[in-house]
Amino acid sequence: MDIVVDLLKAFAVGGGICIIGQLLIDFTKMTPGKVLVLFVVAGVVLGAVGVYEPLVDFAGAGATTPLTGFGYALAKGTRQAVAEKGLLGAISGPFSSASVGIMAAVLSGLVVSLFAKPKDK
Amino acid sequence: MSISNEEYGRMAKRLSPNSPVVTDCIKAFIFGGSICAFAEGLNIAFSYTSMTQEESKALTMIILIAITAILTAFGVFDTIAKHAGAGTMVPITGFANSIVCSALEFQTEGRILGTAAQMFTIAGPVIVFGCSTAALYGLIIYLFGLY
Repeated sequence: MDIVVDLLKAFAVGGGICIIGQLLIDFTKMTPGKVLVLFVVAGVVLGAVGVYEPLVDFAGAGATTPLTGFGYALAKGTRQAVAEKGLLGAISGPFSSASVGIMAAVLSGLVVSLFAKPKDK
Repeated sequence: MSISNEEYGRMAKRLSPNSPVVTDCIKAFIFGGSICAFAEGLNIAFSYTSMTQEESKALTMIILIAITAILTAFGVFDTIAKHAGAGTMVPITGFANSIVCSALEFQTEGRILGTAAQMFTIAGPVIVFGCSTAALYGLIIYLFGLY
C-alpha cells in the first residue's frame, strides 16, 4: 500500500506543479521558453530558502521531475560544492549538478539527429 | 492587482465550465502527474537494487530523457504535447524535447550551425539563468557562512 500512496503523492504534486505552468501559459501569454526559465530559477530560489526540500521528502519524483526540481538540484549541489571546496564550489557546483540532465539531453539530441528526419507538422 | 471590466469578462469566460483553461489544466494535471508517477515508480523499482539514491535518481532522469528523445524522433511527442500542454513541458521531458526537437528541426542547416548551435535555443536560457542563480546562491552562502 505504501507504494500506491507514494505514486499518488507524486502524481498529485507533479500534476499540481504542471497546473501552475498551464495557468502561466494561458493567462500571461508567456512563451514556453520563458516558463521553463522561470520554473528552473524558481526551483533554485525555493531550494535555496529551504522550502522545496520538504516537498521533495513528501512527493519524491513528483517534486524532482518538474523543472523546479532541476533547479532545486542545482541549489542543493551548489551548497554541497561550497561546503566541500569553498568559493570554487560556487563556480563548479551549478554545472556539476546539472551535468546528467544536460548531457543526457544533448547526447539524445545528437543521436536522434543522426538517425531521424524532422517530421512535417 | 487592478483589472478592467473587459479583462475580467475575458478571464471569467475562460474560467467558465468547459472553458479552454479548465480543460487545459485538467489535461496538464493528468499528463504531468502521470509522468511524475512513472518517475516515482522507477525510483521505487530501483530502490530494490543495490543502486544508491543518487544513482537511481540519475538513471530515472536519463530514462525519461531517452523516452522523450525516441518519441520526439517519431513525431509522437508533439502529438501528445498538443493535448498535454504544460503537462509534458514542465517536467524534465519538456527540457529534453526542446533540445531534441531543435536538433532535428535545424538538421538541414548542417551539423554545426544547425543541429549543434540550435539545440540550445530554449535550453540555453534555462541553463544560463538556472546555473547563474545557483552560482549567486553559492556566493551568498559562502560570504555569509551559511553552508
